[in-house]
Amino acid sequence: MAKVLMKGNEAIGEAAVLAGCRYYFGYPITPQSELPAYLSKRLPQVDGIFVQAESEVSAINMVYGAGSAGARVMTSSSSPGISLKQEGISYIAGAEVPCLIVNVVRGGPGLGNIAPAQSDYWQATRGGGHGDYRTIVLAPNSVQEMADMTIEGFELADKFRNPVLLLSDGVLGQMMEPVDLPEPKDYDVNSKKWALGYTGKDKAERNLCSSIFLDVDELEEHNWHLYQKYQVISDLFSKGEFKDFAVEEHLCDDAEIILVGYGIISRILKTVVEKCRKRGIKAGLVRPKVLWPFPTAVMQRLAEKTANFLVVEMSCGQMVEDVKLAVNGKKPVYFFGRTGGTIPSDFEILNEVDKIVRPD
Amino acid sequence: MKQVFKRPESLSKTPFHYCPGCDHGVIHRLVAEAIDELEVKDRAIGVAPVGCSVFAYDYFDFDFNQAAHGRAPAVATGIKRTRPDGIVFTYQGDGDLAAIGTAEIIHAANRGENITVIFVNNAIYGMTGGQMAPTSLIGMKTQTSPYGRDAATAGHPIKMCEMIATLESPVYVTRVTINNPANLMKAKKAIHNAFKLQKEGKGFSFVEVVAICPTNWGKKPADSHKWLTENMLPVFPLGTFKDTTGVEKA
Amino acid sequence: MSTKVERIILAGFGGQGILFLGKVLAETGMQAGKNVSWIPSYGPEMRGGTANCTVILSENEIASPMVTVPDTVIAMNRPSVAKFNLRIKAGGMLMYNSSLIERQEFRDDIRLVEIPASDIAEELGNPRVANLVMAGAYAKFSNLFTYEDLRETLPKLMPANKKDMVEINMAALEKGFNYVQEKKYMFGRYVYSVFKGI
Repeated sequence: MAKVLMKGNEAIGEAAVLAGCRYYFGYPITPQSELPAYLSKRLPQVDGIFVQAESEVSAINMVYGAGSAGARVMTSSSSPGISLKQEGISYIAGAEVPCLIVNVVRGGPGLGNIAPAQSDYWQATRGGGHGDYRTIVLAPNSVQEMADMTIEGFELADKFRNPVLLLSDGVLGQMMEPVDLPEPKDYDVNSKKWALGYTGKDKAERNLCSSIFLDVDELEEHNWHLYQKYQVISDLFSKGEFKDFAVEEHLCDDAEIILVGYGIISRILKTVVEKCRKRGIKAGLVRPKVLWPFPTAVMQRLAEKTANFLVVEMSCGQMVEDVKLAVNGKKPVYFFGRTGGTIPSDFEILNEVDKIVRPD
Repeated sequence: MKQVFKRPESLSKTPFHYCPGCDHGVIHRLVAEAIDELEVKDRAIGVAPVGCSVFAYDYFDFDFNQAAHGRAPAVATGIKRTRPDGIVFTYQGDGDLAAIGTAEIIHAANRGENITVIFVNNAIYGMTGGQMAPTSLIGMKTQTSPYGRDAATAGHPIKMCEMIATLESPVYVTRVTINNPANLMKAKKAIHNAFKLQKEGKGFSFVEVVAICPTNWGKKPADSHKWLTENMLPVFPLGTFKDTTGVEKA
Repeated sequence: MSTKVERIILAGFGGQGILFLGKVLAETGMQAGKNVSWIPSYGPEMRGGTANCTVILSENEIASPMVTVPDTVIAMNRPSVAKFNLRIKAGGMLMYNSSLIERQEFRDDIRLVEIPASDIAEELGNPRVANLVMAGAYAKFSNLFTYEDLRETLPKLMPANKKDMVEINMAALEKGFNYVQEKKYMFGRYVYSVFKGI
């Protein structure tokens, strides 16, 4: 297919349809409204279901219902709305229902503003709601990846029976870039034999979808079961089949300073690396494409070689803690952040690099 | 010898955990009977609430989802949209449906989701130990209204049937009780009607069952039914508030 | 202008078709086989206030899609000049809508291209096509797409219910392109003194 110039939010919508997603439940909030708008038009064309719910709380519970009945289903929102969805996400994780949740992050806390931000990193990577659980967190940095990771997100969700969070931001949602869209996939609602209403001949006596385990021993067993699943996922992302999908390394081999950033920041960092190299500073870039599981092993390996890390985020410093945990004191980890919706410029970051590698 | 009484197919063999005298067991049975009678057990999907009936899924012998507090109608929406052939219902108490889940029930009703809602109203939070519910009566003493519900600070009992009947979409909205055999039979009929309408694809049906909670009311079961008749029914009058298809006359 | 990359900021009033103008340039660049990106300023400021967007056309992969220092600013109203003028790269270009922006003391290290876009659009019978007059003019300067690329792309971007607008839109492109072809604009890097002398 020829490339199409699309907004990030719309690319997610089209990719979802191509991935066989036929169910969307959501509630309007800026800066992600193009996505529900797109799907409200697109889904009826493919006999899909679009419901504008009465709240984010309801929307995520509709996702829980549809996912538990076997649907390939998604919702989307932006930061304050994602906070509201946390209750449902916790239930979905507990009941092991696959789904895709998109967060087009905006400035917070509270109502904050509608400008791009990365201040939901902790919420995204630590589960977000109550209880011992994780969601797989994907962090695209281009419109193409918004589409690719949407499709991959549905696959991962089904593979691990786990919610997958696509952590984007206002810039990626709003920007247009050319996108290569893949061929559509078919998805059969009746393909999951654990699902409610499954009608296959191999159905168990009956199917239950629940996150309640009132007996302490049962809940402990369930939580260790979830933990083991997360361990399997972590291994697959650090040394298994998704290893290359999880992280992008750029000019790290000889780097005296490695810049670390995800999402839109990683694009700016790439420009900074180019500028550094022109000025004789050996800079490299590591971009986690998957934020949970975090590419800890990659950071550990690079900590053996490079002299410094500089983590750049559109927050007061959240992912920097994961980098520090990984580097574990071996090398200094510096941080530079802008928050409240301000995007750091390449010049500001270059200045920070200078302060570290050319302190005089 | 002809068997005249047996456990409905749709009920599992798990014994109820409900308190002595509690109405939930009977209401569960009425739901199970309706599903058996309509021959939809193989495609029935229930959504359990949070509250005393949180374990409803243990007592029914078909697919079940266990939802968050108040969210059952949203979950049921997702299930029904995915499985339009499923017979999807929620089973909710007054705290779940009329307090924390008000938005979900009103909007599921307003969208006219083709689901059935069984709303058990006993004017109190049972599972958490007897707190004031949105349907608690004025003057009713509960754990969190120790001086009696005061309308000035806690408002008046919410009448869900009346509210939902104002909406365009619902096809059947009725209030029943099981305080005596005659009313029990009416309740059975109402629940049957509600599921029948769903089976026929007619739309949203809502059955409120005014019920007792002997444990948290601090009364014996027999006294509880008397108290219900004398105190609850004047506030929550029985009857059908909406029946657009005329299912009751058919 | 670089032959590898063109970073453009486009700005004007909400309603002047700034975002669409940006989309026209980005889409044309894409059709010409270039890498492109387009970022709007979004939110409340789009409603009635100023609107701006950022477009990058590039031979190479676009690293940062953000533009701190644009090669070109296309300004459709006065506040846009004030907002972006100082950010233009030395040796860069300011294209402005001289129907709404008077000559003033501009920087002396940029190329100035003044186009009475709103007047031209008015003459064509629809003030709303001023943005496309600018698109036609920009094609004269771009190293990454041609005027022909632009003419080919624009009709594809017109929604089905606006097909009757194709003719006037194409006319707007042509007027803009010809206006700068005929060099009826201030040209040259060091025009500060020229303006000052007027």
